[in-house]
Amino acid sequence: MSATATSSQGSNASFSGVEARGAKTLNSAAISISNLDFFYGENRALKGVNLDLPNRQVTGMIGPSGCGKSTLLRVLNRMYDLYPGQRATGEVMMGEDNIIDPKIEVNALRARVGMVFQKPTPFPMTIFENIAFGVKLHEKLSKSAMEERVEWSLTRAALWGEVKDRLQTNAMGLSGGQQQRLCIARTIAVRPEVILLDEPTSALDPISTLKIEELIDELKQDFTIAIVTHNMQQAARCADQVAFFYLGEMVECGPAAQIFTSPKQKRTQEYVTGRFG
Amino acid sequence: MSATTLSPGPARDMPVARSLGRRRYRINTVIKVLCVLATFIGLAMLASILFTLLYRGVGGLALSVFTTSTLPPGSHGGLLNAIIGSLIQTLLGAAIGTPIGLMVGTYLAEYAQGSLIGNAVRFVSDVLLSAPSILIGLFVYQIAVYPFGGFSGIAGCLALAVIVIPIVVRTTEDMLRLIPATLREAVIGLGAPKWKMIVLICYRAAKQGIATGILLAVARIAGETAPLLFTSLGNFNWSVSLDKPMASLPVTIYQYAGSAFEDWVQLAWVGALLITFGVLAINIAARVLLHRAK
Repeated sequence: MSATATSSQGSNASFSGVEARGAKTLNSAAISISNLDFFYGENRALKGVNLDLPNRQVTGMIGPSGCGKSTLLRVLNRMYDLYPGQRATGEVMMGEDNIIDPKIEVNALRARVGMVFQKPTPFPMTIFENIAFGVKLHEKLSKSAMEERVEWSLTRAALWGEVKDRLQTNAMGLSGGQQQRLCIARTIAVRPEVILLDEPTSALDPISTLKIEELIDELKQDFTIAIVTHNMQQAARCADQVAFFYLGEMVECGPAAQIFTSPKQKRTQEYVTGRFG
Repeated sequence: MSATTLSPGPARDMPVARSLGRRRYRINTVIKVLCVLATFIGLAMLASILFTLLYRGVGGLALSVFTTSTLPPGSHGGLLNAIIGSLIQTLLGAAIGTPIGLMVGTYLAEYAQGSLIGNAVRFVSDVLLSAPSILIGLFVYQIAVYPFGGFSGIAGCLALAVIVIPIVVRTTEDMLRLIPATLREAVIGLGAPKWKMIVLICYRAAKQGIATGILLAVARIAGETAPLLFTSLGNFNWSVSLDKPMASLPVTIYQYAGSAFEDWVQLAWVGALLITFGVLAINIAARVLLHRAK
């Protein structure tokens, strides 16, 4: 599945002032996870997970419900901090920083690691304000720079053409698929290095799903992406690397083609062929 | 059809089924009639109140009611001082109580989930919500009337504010809790600190519900009499000084309705009419707001 259908959107060449931050070097891991354990109270939801998210690639995470894939995603931007009783141990390195170190400044971390959720979550304000909200948290921009940033991120999220004439209308009026692309635009407007997608299309219709999948293909030029999905075709279409989780363990990780055609582990094979899960 | 076959379909024994059906039909009819009757009784009382108010009150409605203050019997007084006093005390009471209620409600919904202090505060607030309003009047008498040597409008405002607080606490907490966790996580996920999430997103998402709570609180205190008897007392003369006794519609109704003078009783009816329809209007506004919030 290629991204050629979004010809009107395309690259960010016209935005001289805005560039995605991205990590500097290719072929290295943007995030490197080792021996990660995660606990919901006493319940151990992740068991010794080791996984690298390669820079500017899409990592798909698959597995049956409750296997820990969403939990892993929520570790990567410390979302679990919101809930007392949840904790992680191990090492999640991003550059020089261990993400799960309590000393890390979480708000700055969340600017570097953005997240898009299963259900679209537009804020109760205008489309423009939705995008500007996140940017204002971390940067002071002039009015024109902000306008440029909003256009840039909406363009990258393949939404600019549909909303450019109604930026000042309430975002709640957009369709579900548009709302989800707005959420993606809002996330990339902060210019993170990594984007986490937690089942981003499970609440959308097939056409909106297709648009988001094309978008993911576009975005990996600039961002490292991790996507949790229950849809194995989606993982096969979008991901460069696929990791299979089962009962809190990372069972197998490899190039997408290999995981779906010749998995090494029996449990992976049973899952991808639909024997369980 | 014999009684031993186990076939699905109508009851095997038709006469039994028929009598059972009749019995259920009769019970259904009886229950329905009782429910309709009960509804009718409730509505009839409300209609009777409104009708009596209109019947007795409209006759006394005149421009002088809004332009003259209360005067001795027989001298064609109005209700101006009571109307203005009610407006001042209601609005000021709401203005004092609302911010406190908002902050407590926010604390309960956002910071105190499941904590012991949070549960204690919520319990106390709920007790206050149903506390007899005369007790609140006595309480404020002790702290704001007795020590300062006299009844005052500001004491009345304080008493009304104490009534506003638990109402606003309850609605604010409920409305903030209705905001889905996904929206909160989306805000936090952008790197927003918690206070910005609350102030910039949660309040905005819950604003109609919270506004409804404030309106309902205003409607409630607009008709309160007991807390004002011990605080602002009432005043037959024109006065808008907060440090002097202040008139209000409910207290004036209380004083006039029991009097022996016909024109005073007539004015009490007018006052009751004004306050009832004012409160009704606020309630309707609150309903419309809440409906739009959903």
